[in-house]
Amino acid sequence: MSDPILELDNITKKFGRFTAVDKVSLNMDPGEFLVLLGPSGSGKTTILSMIGGFTVPTTGVIRIHGKDMTTVPPAGRPTVTVFQDYALFPHMRVIENVAFGLKMRKFGKRERHKKARESLELVGLGDFSDRSIDQLSGGQRQRVALARAIAVEPVVLLLDEPLGALDLKIRQQMQQELVRLQKRLGATFVHVTHDQEEAMSIADNIALVNGGKIEDYGPPERVYLRPATLFTAKFMGENNTFEGFVTAMDDSSISVDSEIGECTLLRCDSMHSSTGIGEKVHLSLRPEQIGLGDGNQGNLINLGQARVEEVIFQGTHRLCRVVCQDEKEVRMLLRLRPDEKVKVSDTIQIHAKRDDAVLLVR
Amino acid sequence: MFNRISRFSSTSYLLLALLFIYLPVVVLVLFSFQDGLLPVFPFNGPSLQWYEKMLENERLVESLYNSVLVAVLSSLLTTIIGFLAAYGLARHSHRFASGIQFLLMAPLMVSYLIIGIGLLITLNIFGIPKSLVAVGLGHMVINLPLCFAIVYSQFGDHLKNIDCAARDLGASDLSTLTLVIAPIMKPALLASFCLSATLSWDEFIIAFLLSRFDVTLPVIIFEMLRAGLTPEVNAAGTMVFAISMALVAVSAVVMFFNTRNTG
Amino acid sequence: MSAKRDWTRWAVHPAVGFTLVFFFLPLMIMVTVSFWQRIYGKLEATWSIANYAKFFGADYLRDSLLNSLEVTLITTFLSVLLAYPLAWILAYRVPPKWQKVLLILAVLPFWTAYVVRSYSWLLVISENGIINATLMAIGIIQEPLELAYGRSATILGFVHFFTMLLTLTIYANLVQIKPSYQKAASDLGANRFQVFFHVTLPLSIPGVAVGAFITFVIAIGDFITPQILGGSTEVLVPQAIMLQVSRAANFPMAAVMSLTLTVVVVIVYLMVQKHLKMDRI
Repeated sequence: MSDPILELDNITKKFGRFTAVDKVSLNMDPGEFLVLLGPSGSGKTTILSMIGGFTVPTTGVIRIHGKDMTTVPPAGRPTVTVFQDYALFPHMRVIENVAFGLKMRKFGKRERHKKARESLELVGLGDFSDRSIDQLSGGQRQRVALARAIAVEPVVLLLDEPLGALDLKIRQQMQQELVRLQKRLGATFVHVTHDQEEAMSIADNIALVNGGKIEDYGPPERVYLRPATLFTAKFMGENNTFEGFVTAMDDSSISVDSEIGECTLLRCDSMHSSTGIGEKVHLSLRPEQIGLGDGNQGNLINLGQARVEEVIFQGTHRLCRVVCQDEKEVRMLLRLRPDEKVKVSDTIQIHAKRDDAVLLVR
Repeated sequence: MFNRISRFSSTSYLLLALLFIYLPVVVLVLFSFQDGLLPVFPFNGPSLQWYEKMLENERLVESLYNSVLVAVLSSLLTTIIGFLAAYGLARHSHRFASGIQFLLMAPLMVSYLIIGIGLLITLNIFGIPKSLVAVGLGHMVINLPLCFAIVYSQFGDHLKNIDCAARDLGASDLSTLTLVIAPIMKPALLASFCLSATLSWDEFIIAFLLSRFDVTLPVIIFEMLRAGLTPEVNAAGTMVFAISMALVAVSAVVMFFNTRNTG
Repeated sequence: MSAKRDWTRWAVHPAVGFTLVFFFLPLMIMVTVSFWQRIYGKLEATWSIANYAKFFGADYLRDSLLNSLEVTLITTFLSVLLAYPLAWILAYRVPPKWQKVLLILAVLPFWTAYVVRSYSWLLVISENGIINATLMAIGIIQEPLELAYGRSATILGFVHFFTMLLTLTIYANLVQIKPSYQKAASDLGANRFQVFFHVTLPLSIPGVAVGAFITFVIAIGDFITPQILGGSTEVLVPQAIMLQVSRAANFPMAAVMSLTLTVVVVIVYLMVQKHLKMDRI
């Protein structure tokens, strides 16, 4: 494995008494697309701002290419930030905006305009050089901001919720373009967002930030399907979580008595090693992981009978709220196929695969 | 029926109000073209004789020059230090930011007369003679809060990001200021210059208190008034009025047509 | 390598320094001098409150303060009364494309020619001004009316000036009120007067307050308008101050009066402070 291109070593940022970022460590490989995902106020933007040099950490070290960059101002770093509001210079034409960084690096006019044109072509705005900024749509401005940033060939490109102001459709289109651009340039991107769907569709790795800490870190699939914590399970889309406690455990399996009855899961994740008998835990099941029919085979969990309370048809699936018909009356959310025609007040038999269930200790 | 009455009364009120607002102005301008000795009815003109007389009045022409000098120089300096203050305050999260803002805006709360008296007493205590320079400094005191406020109001978070972006792309302090921030702020800077030039051009009491031999136009007009009403005063007044109008028109045009693009 | 010293950190200093030296320092000196005395044409640091005692003790001086307050309050009240309907008509009765033009037209003379504006009223109301000339020509009166040189002339000049200012601030406030509020009120059954008194008027108070406050501050400190239009029938504080300065060169007394005016303005500011929250006018 190559050396990390960006290292955050135990960085903390305090604003007065408030700790915005709390002992965060993170390594990035060259060519990686990392998404810092988290609710607003979680500290993700502060982390980005420290990488970009706009904020100096209270403690900790930031290295880029192995060099200590902790207190180097933005201009001295091989990073460029794309701002949420794009921060395009309104008095300059598109080409002058894109060439600005090169001008500051003392490139001659001909050379910087040539390079700026190349960047504009990369983002699909080759014909827009001479437009003024207020002649552009939101999506076009976004691309100009991107072109301006990549024109100076940063080692790490930082994107601060760059798609937040765009319409859903353009946003989805831009997500794909960002990924294509990043792979084509082979560049390293750090992208901040609060939208978990956006994060999943573009990230190589997601760092889920909550309360100034990295709550979970890994590829989107892992973070979505095998969340490390209760917060991750709930933040990454809709989820059913059930309280319970550990009743027995051995080297290969762990038994939990929960709101949905007793079940035994295979031990796979290392973090379960700290779990002891009697400890309070949660089980998590995604809505699409619950299916119709009883589950009496070995690798299924029978969730019993449930009454349908609400059905919302959403095209690709049917979202159902159900309540289990046992004494605990546990509520669940199901995502059924459109052809599974359940109605309100129906009583249905439901089950889940044992391997889908995730044991959450935190 | 109700609508017609309401429209009629609205229109009448509007016309009466405009009549009230413009009556003295119109009379002033009209009688500056009076062909006679008194700026009152009957109107005998039109004639340009009072304008000619005015231009022969050396003290008046000299005061015109003084007024322009004071207005231009004091407004230029005020706009520059007001802009720098707004930029410094917007860019750095100062611990005393609200205190500094209050301090810079404080002169707005105090009458021109009192600012003038304060400066007059100060000059007197330190034995500094009155002069046009003192008048200019006085005008800077009254205009600085306005210049600061106009420019500062244009520094939103958006501009803060633009400033960050320029530095991020490698611009030095000076190139950020000259290539990015100042050009974006050009409308606000122009507006603040024009506004302070207008106010300085028009200002009487500070100029009256702090000047001695070299005086400004409003002071000369006041002195001429003491001698009685003559069409020459009307001519001088009309000229002051016309130049003020031009300055206001420039700043209004600049404000209306340019500020929206920065948002 | 640490962040290099950034000179923009100091950008605010020239303005702060200037304001301290040329605004706060003179005010401090004025406070100091107000406790001094003028003895045989020379200022002496006697540290007494004699000037204050004299100002509030002598009838003619105390009266100048009362006169000033009366004139200023009447001015503010009348200006609001005249300006509000004008602003309202501009905002609600004039088609949008004409509003800006008419507004500029209505407030243009505000910015212009301070001394000249007062003087030009003299041409209208003086003994042989156009009002008297017109009335006599028509034959309504035989002798010219005594319109100029008195309190009502001062107030006329002030009201003319500040009606324009208040029209501007009230209009700016009225156009910021979302039409949906008024629509909602009439939808809920309010008639046009109820809409005005329960929605429009309360929401336009900030515009009135800002304009009225500026009116108060400028009017109470204005020397020119009472001097040119009011004549010598009554003395307002600014005129009294100028008399102390020009005739007697009594700076301590002028300082006392100036400080009193400033204190009055600050008190009024504190009274209306909570209404003065209008971002852009």
